[in-house]
Amino acid sequence: MLFVLLRIRDEIDGTLSFRSSCRSAVCGSCVMVINGKIDLACRTQVASFGTNTIILEPLPNFEIIKDLVVDMTPFWNMYEKIRPYLIRKSPAPEKEIKQSEEERRRIDQFVNCILCACCYGACPVLARNPDYLGPAAMAKLERFILDSRDERPHSVLDEINNENGVWGCDTVFRCIDACPKDVRPTDSIVGLRKAILKKKLFGKYK
Amino acid sequence: MLSHDIVIVGGGLAGLRAAVGLCEKYDVAILSKVHPIRSHSIAAQGGINASLANHPEGKDDSWEKHTFDTIKGSDYLADQHAVEIMCRQAPIIVYEMEHWGCPFSRFEDGSIAQRPFGGAGYPRTCYSADITGHVLLNTLYERAVSKGVKVYSEWYAIALVIDNGQCHGIIAFDLINGKIFPIKSKVTVFATGGYGRVYQYSTNALINTGSGIGIAYKAGVPIKDMEFVQFHPTGLIGTNILITEACRGEGGYLINNKNERFMEKYAPKAMELAPRDIVSRSIQTEIEEGRGFDHPLGKYIKLDLRHLGAQKIMEKLPGIRKICIDFIGIDPIYELIPIMPCQHYSMGGIDTNEKTETEIKGFYAAGECACVSVHGANRLGGNSLLDTIVFGKLSAIAIDEYLSGNNVNPEERPLNAKLNDVETNIKKIANNTGERPFSILSDLSKNMSANVGIFRKKDELALALEKIMEIKERYKNVHVSSTSLHMNYELLNAIELGYMIEVAHTIAIGAYLREESRGAHFRRDFSIRNDENWLKHTIARLGADGTPEISFKEVVITRYQPMERKY
Repeated sequence: MLFVLLRIRDEIDGTLSFRSSCRSAVCGSCVMVINGKIDLACRTQVASFGTNTIILEPLPNFEIIKDLVVDMTPFWNMYEKIRPYLIRKSPAPEKEIKQSEEERRRIDQFVNCILCACCYGACPVLARNPDYLGPAAMAKLERFILDSRDERPHSVLDEINNENGVWGCDTVFRCIDACPKDVRPTDSIVGLRKAILKKKLFGKYK
Repeated sequence: MLSHDIVIVGGGLAGLRAAVGLCEKYDVAILSKVHPIRSHSIAAQGGINASLANHPEGKDDSWEKHTFDTIKGSDYLADQHAVEIMCRQAPIIVYEMEHWGCPFSRFEDGSIAQRPFGGAGYPRTCYSADITGHVLLNTLYERAVSKGVKVYSEWYAIALVIDNGQCHGIIAFDLINGKIFPIKSKVTVFATGGYGRVYQYSTNALINTGSGIGIAYKAGVPIKDMEFVQFHPTGLIGTNILITEACRGEGGYLINNKNERFMEKYAPKAMELAPRDIVSRSIQTEIEEGRGFDHPLGKYIKLDLRHLGAQKIMEKLPGIRKICIDFIGIDPIYELIPIMPCQHYSMGGIDTNEKTETEIKGFYAAGECACVSVHGANRLGGNSLLDTIVFGKLSAIAIDEYLSGNNVNPEERPLNAKLNDVETNIKKIANNTGERPFSILSDLSKNMSANVGIFRKKDELALALEKIMEIKERYKNVHVSSTSLHMNYELLNAIELGYMIEVAHTIAIGAYLREESRGAHFRRDFSIRNDENWLKHTIARLGADGTPEISFKEVVITRYQPMERKY
């Protein structure tokens, strides 16, 4: 699909706007709605539709800037809100912080997220509540909470213990359907809900 | 006028690492033509080299051995003192990235996992499955977010402003709002990446136009060793998406149409894990001598992973499996992957020293757009991620030294003058009546792949240069459909194309002049290395007539005398 768009811009309509870069489904630039399905244009094969007409739309839940380009600012704001970085209190060892293969495996699916915002566009909660944190930001938070090396304070869970956080999710799994990298953001939301309950019952989440 | 202490152009690994090193003390801004997380560092797969000695077969590894392998891999063109610095820094920056949260794959003892890679004496490539670039870029971006680094996202640096031997800043194009601004800065860093799109067949992203190198060159900064272009042995046919060297590091085979592991003939000891220049030439030779396979998308060789088994493929190479399924409809657990050599990396670039300084005061470069040189005539797999982070870090240290010791006063006058030039040029493009950029770029990139490719020859290189001169003429009249500055990607393409033609010119002229074969530069008419005449760097600077002026520079040799390169 991406190569069709590039050809249209090159040879037919030079004013057509869409984002693109890696053309190999790792950079997350070329997300759009293709015949009703949210996906990356680069990995979508035109021949798979078997029709001569394909309908392209910009990603929902965002303001349109031009053609297929949307303003991703709200997505990045939510991402930054959860403090998307490893937080440590212990002093760093001389070499690596040890982590078992099993501990590394636990964060694997969330590490795979490419921040393309397919899930954000697919989320029905965001369609009615723009203050909702959204699937990608919660998957990122879970990636750090589950990381054996992370030592963020328990209070971070209070910030998402509300309708704009984990309790806002409808659990209708649209984010899972939309993810081009097989990440399951709903798993992270359920995981965070469990952590909140664990903290309430036992005073700690790990 | 917009103004910062330091403007860093490029939000990939080198640019982010420089920013993270400077932002606590200085007013730093990153300018990136895509959101930083979309930078091409994200696509690196196989890993990053560091002599951690975690692998059971790598317990004797050391930074000295890493240095030797890198110098030998470079075909002795690398500056040896710079390679030493990089290899000593390697474990330090890998541990630092790990401490900042990078999710490396792990060995059973909880240490960072390492795998064998081409041209390396020990398994020293640290990795995270086959998404190492993705995890490193995410970690550094996370670090930048945690420190509140200012980012101008989707802003393109359109020109570099140098006056009187000093850099005063850049002219920037805000792509979304369609406005052009001068940005004044005491220091400007280019971390703009490679130029893969100058070639028809490249593993690189669409954003890898190399325009950063072209911008610096047009502003009078010398560039180095541009004829050394790395062709990766295994690009997927059709899309040319990278199929990581880790496939061979994990034990994959290369197979010709006689069902032979043909690397036996070319590198009997290292086999598939010979350095990339050698493997790419071997594949090309097999294809040219009729032992490849035919496909409407081109001739190819097969990469066989089947014997690794489903579990190893799913665990170590899940991204490769997904690429194969999504983009060519085959599953490497059961089928062979059709691959061909494709342009992959630029050993050459903006001429810098080991501190990332250029000839111009206040102008620095790091990462693929720069040439220190640590890769010489051929880069080893796993050394490019290392280069970006090490030299991003070292640029921050050098810039701090420069700003602490000097009273730097950039001026607005040269910025305003350049702004005027840029606006005039854009008006001209809008009023031109010639071709649109795509057809010119298509001819340029076909010319480069056909005539300045893996195997080179004098008459073909002469033809390439002739065509580039014709293309330069055509470009003078390049035309775009709309004169709007708002979200006008075609206009951006037209502007970048001008710089791409200059980059191509310096590659072709370097290749034409260098009458020897060294690393990735192979001349059929001069098929051996000639240390007596050619153990030197090629320097290109913009001449008065608008064509490159070539001179040469000594290679720094410390303790490794050039030897024959056998694998």
